[in-house]
Amino acid sequence: MLKTPTIGESLRNEGISRREFIKFCATAASLMALPATMIPKIAEALSNTPRQSVIWLSFQECTGCTEALTRAHAPSLENLIFNTISLDYHHTLQAASGTAAEEAREQAMHKHPGEYLLVVDGSIPIGNPGYSTIAGISNQDMFLEVAKQAKAVIAVGTCAAFGGLPKAAPNPTGAVAVQDLLRDKPLVNVPGCPPIPVVISSIVAHYITFGGLPDLDNLKRPLPFFGQNIHDRCYRRPFYERGQFAETFDDEGAKQGWCLYKLGCKGPVTYNACALFKWNDAVSFPIEAGHGCLGCSEPNFWDAGSFYDALSIPLPGAAKAAAYAGIAGTAVGIAAGALNMYKKSTAIQQREVVTVDDLERK
Amino acid sequence: MDNYADFLLWVRGPAFHIALAIFLFGILLRFFEIFSLGRRTEYAEVRGNAFLGGMRTLFTRFLPEKTTLKRILFLVIAGYLFHLGFFITFLFFDPHIVLFKSALGFSWPGLPAPIINIVTLISLLVMIALLIYRLNHPVLRLLSGFQDYLAWTITFLPLLTGYLAFHHMIHPYPLILALHILSVELLMILFPFTKLMHTFTFIIARWTTGARAAQKGVSL
Repeated sequence: MLKTPTIGESLRNEGISRREFIKFCATAASLMALPATMIPKIAEALSNTPRQSVIWLSFQECTGCTEALTRAHAPSLENLIFNTISLDYHHTLQAASGTAAEEAREQAMHKHPGEYLLVVDGSIPIGNPGYSTIAGISNQDMFLEVAKQAKAVIAVGTCAAFGGLPKAAPNPTGAVAVQDLLRDKPLVNVPGCPPIPVVISSIVAHYITFGGLPDLDNLKRPLPFFGQNIHDRCYRRPFYERGQFAETFDDEGAKQGWCLYKLGCKGPVTYNACALFKWNDAVSFPIEAGHGCLGCSEPNFWDAGSFYDALSIPLPGAAKAAAYAGIAGTAVGIAAGALNMYKKSTAIQQREVVTVDDLERK
Repeated sequence: MDNYADFLLWVRGPAFHIALAIFLFGILLRFFEIFSLGRRTEYAEVRGNAFLGGMRTLFTRFLPEKTTLKRILFLVIAGYLFHLGFFITFLFFDPHIVLFKSALGFSWPGLPAPIINIVTLISLLVMIALLIYRLNHPVLRLLSGFQDYLAWTITFLPLLTGYLAFHHMIHPYPLILALHILSVELLMILFPFTKLMHTFTFIIARWTTGARAAQKGVSL
């Protein structure tokens, strides 16, 4: 059997210089907020480690996550990091199809049992196994089978991390997130619709260097990337403080680049690194393009009311509640009023008239 | 509800709807109750205009008469500071205005966040001072019951949580934002059934007092 080449060897084969490689390690370290002293450690770990086997399973998803990853510019961190892994199975990116594709998955699983990383994008339907199948295997069965031997699982995208669009009310397929089915494996959620590509590659780099996952928040998101919310890092934040808001998408405020809070920006409650890393080779991010943040890296963001309603507006249903309360309040109020008036008139009727003569007689 | 994001959705959704329903139901009930009781028949000779007298008292009572004012100067100043601060924060913070606009259909300009920030801080400090005063004043302490402390607490909490949320003093932010909204919902639920109803009933009470006196020819 052929020896699996180390990352260092495969990078050299690709014609990537030592200088470029160290630059990449420095970027990875800074992205994960690691001290500069960690750079040699990352370089050493990456050079001498065999390429990490990765199995990528796509379930109820739109391929947007993969699209985002492949849109990374060359020679980018993403491209470099993909030389550090061996992507053994990925529907969209692999050349093989049909039985050959499934064989590749089986082979990877048997070659590196307990060693491979499992990446999942898309939610898993448990309402009916027939809702989503691959090669006749239900998503749930395939996930459980592959996860059993995985070293760690990375849930990529909001669908895999929290259920996403498929789980949105009324959740017709009974979609669940990876964490709902996974119990005893290390798991990291990389939500976003789609997630930021460098986050995925940085986690892989972290995993290879330190043999574990980075620190996670209470939603199992890596803290180096999801530790701060969009609002706190937004370049439009000063306008929020000053009370300068765009009221419509084409008013003077919008042209001046004022805060989009009133147009429904969910930045204050959304934890992600968009405002820092941006998209399309750091060209821009939604708020910079003039649209509020949708909150796509938060659980159930599809069911959090209109994208264009400000955060302080309650979810739909208030008018109905108010109408029912109004009717009930009026009805009970009239009844209570009638009771009051009845009591009052009875009291007047039953009043005994006492005159001065009556008192003197006593 | 296993995370703060879902908690925030719950407070913004079902919890708010329940609170709003109880708030409106309670207020309607109280008003029907008050008005259906009516006024007792006035047998005295009419010596003045009841309506105008009522209206006059409605405004003259905004300041106590001179000798009383001297005695309770602290209460009057602190009371005004707190009430103004509370309503400025409540009515002129931009995120709040967006909520009113969605409910009422119209809006008004807001104040810059730093001003709201100072006003809120003053309100909070004044409320604490008022509580200390209440606890130390022998007569006031004797007059205060559970409901007075409850009313203080449920009014204080929205200001406090709002201040903490604005300054991101509790992490994560969605959690403190949800707690802020929840504290307002608590206020809404208890509002109609506590002394906080004075927000509306002070108008009726003052007018009635003034009207009765005016009808008898007494000027207040």
